[in-house]
Amino acid sequence: MEENNINIHVQNADGSLTTLEAPVDMGLSLMEFLKACEYDILATCGGMALCATCCVDVLEGEDKLNEMSDDEYAMLDTLPDVLPNSRLACQLQLNPAMEGLTVKLHGGLD
Amino acid sequence: MISTDIAIIGAGPVGLFAIFEAGLLKMRCHLIDYLPQVGGQLSEIYPKKPIYDIPGYPTVLAQELIDNLMEQGKPFHPGFTLGERIEGLEKRGEGDFVLTTNMGTIIESKVVVIAGGLGCFEPRKPAVAGLEQFENGRGVNYMILDPEQYRGQKMVIAGGGDSALDWTIFLADVVEELTLVHRSESFRGAPDSVNKVMALAESGRINLILNSNLNSVSGSGKLENVEIIHNKSLEVTNVAADHLIPLFGLSPKLGPIEQWNLNINKSAIEVNTDDYSTNIPGIYAIGDINTYTNKLKLILCGFHEAALMSHSAYQYMNPGVKYTMKYTTVNGVSEF
Repeated sequence: MEENNINIHVQNADGSLTTLEAPVDMGLSLMEFLKACEYDILATCGGMALCATCCVDVLEGEDKLNEMSDDEYAMLDTLPDVLPNSRLACQLQLNPAMEGLTVKLHGGLD
Repeated sequence: MISTDIAIIGAGPVGLFAIFEAGLLKMRCHLIDYLPQVGGQLSEIYPKKPIYDIPGYPTVLAQELIDNLMEQGKPFHPGFTLGERIEGLEKRGEGDFVLTTNMGTIIESKVVVIAGGLGCFEPRKPAVAGLEQFENGRGVNYMILDPEQYRGQKMVIAGGGDSALDWTIFLADVVEELTLVHRSESFRGAPDSVNKVMALAESGRINLILNSNLNSVSGSGKLENVEIIHNKSLEVTNVAADHLIPLFGLSPKLGPIEQWNLNINKSAIEVNTDDYSTNIPGIYAIGDINTYTNKLKLILCGFHEAALMSHSAYQYMNPGVKYTMKYTTVNGVSEF
C-alpha cells in the first residue's frame, strides 16, 4: 500500500466486504472517494449536507470519525429511516485516523 | 406574455453569467427561478461563505459574487420572473418554445437554457408502501398549507425535525386527535419546542410514539388507518387517522424537468460537450444540472459552459450567419 493511503471496507448488498485503498492527502471526502470508485451515489448537492443521498451506515470505526457539524446533524435528524450510526459521507474528510473504517451505503434516500 | 431570445431556467451564478455571454452576442435573456431572489444556493444557503476557486478572485463571498454577476449583466437588461417554477415546456412545431410557470406566467423564447443547479427542493417522502394512493386530497400531505382544513380531524405527523415539532405544537389546539411519530427516542430540535411537545404528551393532548416508524397506510378511497412499528420490539400500533403528514425535510429534485423527454442520467441532464446542448435542439443545460464524462460541479466550469452555449445558441437562432468572435478587450461591452 502506498504511503498516505488507508483501507476503507465497504459492505456489499450480499454482506461481503470490498476493501478499497483511499488516498488521504488529496482532500477528498468519503463521498467523493466512493463516487470515484463508481458506487451508486447521487450526491445531488455536491457535498453541502443538503440532499443526504450519500448517507452511509458506519459498521466499524465510528469513533475514528470527526464529530458531526450542526448541518449534518440537522439533516440526519429530519430523515425518515436513518440509524444511530448513519453519517453523511460528504461530511467525512478522509484522514489517516480512518484506517479500517467499514461502511455500508444507506440507500433509499433520493 | 413575455417574449425573449433565451429563457434561462435558474438564476444562480451560471444562469446569471449566461446573461453576459448571450449579451455579447446581442441575445436577450429572461430568467425564471423558484426562489424569491436571484443567486440560487449561493444567496439562499451560504451568502456569507467565502469561495476560493473563482479565477482572479483569491476569495469572494458568495453573495458578493452574485452581486457582481448582476452588475456584469446589467447592460443587457435581463428580465426576471422570481418565485415561480416552470411547470410546462412546449415546442411550437419547429419554432419557438413556450414555457408556463405554476402561477400561469407564459414565456416565449427561441432557445431554452436549463441552469437549474440542484433542481427544486421538494418534500422527502418516506418509503411506505401505498402512500401515493392517498396523496392529492385523500389524506396524505407532505406540507401544511392551511392548518384550518384539519380542524376537528384525526391527524398523524411523522418526523423529528423542527417543522414536525412546530406543527405539532400549533396543531395540537386545532385537530381533534394528534399523534406524533419519531424514529428516535429524543428530539434535537430547539429546546423550547421539544419541551412544549413533551408537555403536550404528558398532559395527554397529543399521542407521542417514539422509537417508531411508519409501517403502512390503509383505507378505502381515503386514508383511515396508519400502522406504526416500534424499531426494537417490532410491536405494531394502529392509529385511526384522517390525515398523515410526513415531515422529513426537503431534498433537491429535478421536478417537472424530468417530464420533458430530455436524456436524464442519475438526476442530471446529459449534454453534448461541444456546446452543452441536450438531445432536444434548442434546449441547453449548463452548470450543476448537467452531466458528461469528467463533469466537475464547479461554478467556473458552469461559466465556461455558458460561453460555449451562447455561441451555439447564436448559430441556432441565426442559421448560416457567419460570426467571428470578438474580445471584450478590443470591443468593450456594448449595451443594448
